[in-house]
Amino acid sequence: MSYTAKDPEKRPLLALVDQADPPDVATYERGGGFRGLRRVLSGLSPAEVIDEVTKSKLRGRGGAGFSTGMKWSFVPKESQKERKKYIVANGDEMEPGTFKDRLLVEGNPLQLVEGMIISAYAIQASHGVIFLRGEYHLGLERLKIAVEQAKAAGFLGENILGSGFDFELIVHPSGGRYICGEETALLTALEGRRANPRTKPPFPQVSGLWGAPTVVNNIETFSNIPHIMANGIDWYLGLSACGDGGTKLYGVSGRAKRPGVYELPLGTRMGILLEECAGGMQDGYRLRAFLPGGASTAFLGAEHADIVLDYPTPEKAGSRLGTGLAILLDDRASPIGMIRNLEHFFAQESCGWCTPCRDGLPWVEKLLIDIEEGRGGPDDILRLQDACRLIGPMGRTFCAHAPGAIAPLESGLRLFREDFERAVQGGGAVVPSAQERAA
Amino acid sequence: MLTAERTASGAEMPDRIADDLVHTITEMGHHDVLPRGACIEALRMVQERYGWICDRHLKQVADILGMSLADIDGVATYFNLLFRKPVGKNVIMLCDSVSCWVMGVDGVREKLCRKLGVSMGQTTQDGEFTLLPIVCLGHCDHAPAMMIGKDLYGPVRPEDIDAIIDERRGAAS
Repeated sequence: MSYTAKDPEKRPLLALVDQADPPDVATYERGGGFRGLRRVLSGLSPAEVIDEVTKSKLRGRGGAGFSTGMKWSFVPKESQKERKKYIVANGDEMEPGTFKDRLLVEGNPLQLVEGMIISAYAIQASHGVIFLRGEYHLGLERLKIAVEQAKAAGFLGENILGSGFDFELIVHPSGGRYICGEETALLTALEGRRANPRTKPPFPQVSGLWGAPTVVNNIETFSNIPHIMANGIDWYLGLSACGDGGTKLYGVSGRAKRPGVYELPLGTRMGILLEECAGGMQDGYRLRAFLPGGASTAFLGAEHADIVLDYPTPEKAGSRLGTGLAILLDDRASPIGMIRNLEHFFAQESCGWCTPCRDGLPWVEKLLIDIEEGRGGPDDILRLQDACRLIGPMGRTFCAHAPGAIAPLESGLRLFREDFERAVQGGGAVVPSAQERAA
Repeated sequence: MLTAERTASGAEMPDRIADDLVHTITEMGHHDVLPRGACIEALRMVQERYGWICDRHLKQVADILGMSLADIDGVATYFNLLFRKPVGKNVIMLCDSVSCWVMGVDGVREKLCRKLGVSMGQTTQDGEFTLLPIVCLGHCDHAPAMMIGKDLYGPVRPEDIDAIIDERRGAAS
């Protein structure tokens, strides 16, 4: 079976994705597009839409995995005429090793637009913003075209399809900072400020953009909505291989034969993703460990190479599903070098608001550089462990940046203990020789 | 004339932002709840036109959107895609995140620096290229990845650099 075959029944998210020539409104409709929206606006109440999405067991695809229907249910229930509300797509895909949302916005932007219109109706939002990474130039261009086309075809604007529902949608290109992917930081950026996260509560569903109730969902999450509303809860639950609903965009980067994005049933095994989809490791490389879903997820060792990639299983193993795009550490790369690279990223991208994150992460990076280059001592491993304890736990900082930064470090210190011990005993980090790898 | 500042394409930096841009930014400000909501996009537009954001243009955008200079400079310096210093005709952004590191970006960086005769963060003497590090470009299945202007490249090997740079140099002139 080919994992890249177009199959609207089993692989709805990528069925119409065409990166060379994304579907226009007519092509999108011929492929089943706007069926979900038509069904919603021809008689479902907002509460019924929220109920169906909740029952579909769609969980947020941005990394946190919160129930989408439940998130929406926290929004005050006034109609859009009574209270201004916002719906925001988080397309600030900057999690290192994650490249799925770019595929969706470049390959089928109308799917995202339809998902946002339905979601806006469910929470009764009148205004929507697609917050897109500043580097996604092609995606930005195509999203703007898609919004214009949807408007011209009567799917955006006033009184959509004669339902009395109004919705305006704009696209905002980011100025570029990883922290904008944090939902409250994203909203702060949209208000034209330095994108420091806000403390929660209040949650954005109650007080978000410009103080109005706001829902922020990931691009992939929104892209699921049209299919749920068009094809029903049972169909959607049936797509999955686990207790939650739908397919998931999984992916692999690193020394695999065919790195890429693959749409698979939620709860697919890592073995299927790595061996069957990505073709296994490149010749001469063996899998040593992997980050299952982006830079802010903890390392899992090769013994987990066939782990079930649903939401609960990686958590039980000490990591997270995260974005679902795995980064591979092979046996010819230095684990300390990889962790140093990750911590450089997190130190650089800290917004600087909370002291443990702002001061702690550069300190971690310096220690790692010392260890890697042979200037470290045994105490430095203890100092890194201290840093994990002092920076990592949720609640020490406003947002999840610091806990995310500590996840690969803390797990790496355990998993690659021997590498660290050897590096501090002299000589620094070494890339294992062929002989050692064979042993 | 205050300084002999140049745009990215080498022209003299105009004292004031072009009228059509002023108009667009003013309109954007009107549409937002507070005009400042438009500031990041406004600064992106100024940069798109002139290559980078000079002090005088920053002040002008601040005035249009009702922000103080310190306030808008705080925003401008927060975001890494907003350039407050001159850049060359081609901005090269080389990914330094984890997937590209695993796939050997260090060798590509070395080769790029040697070819251009600059370190990371610098602009070539002839003003053709500025070399910057960037976080993950979402092109990890084509690692190591880089972006020149709006064009994505990858997988880039050290031996590809000569051809890529020579081609861009030819296209730019």
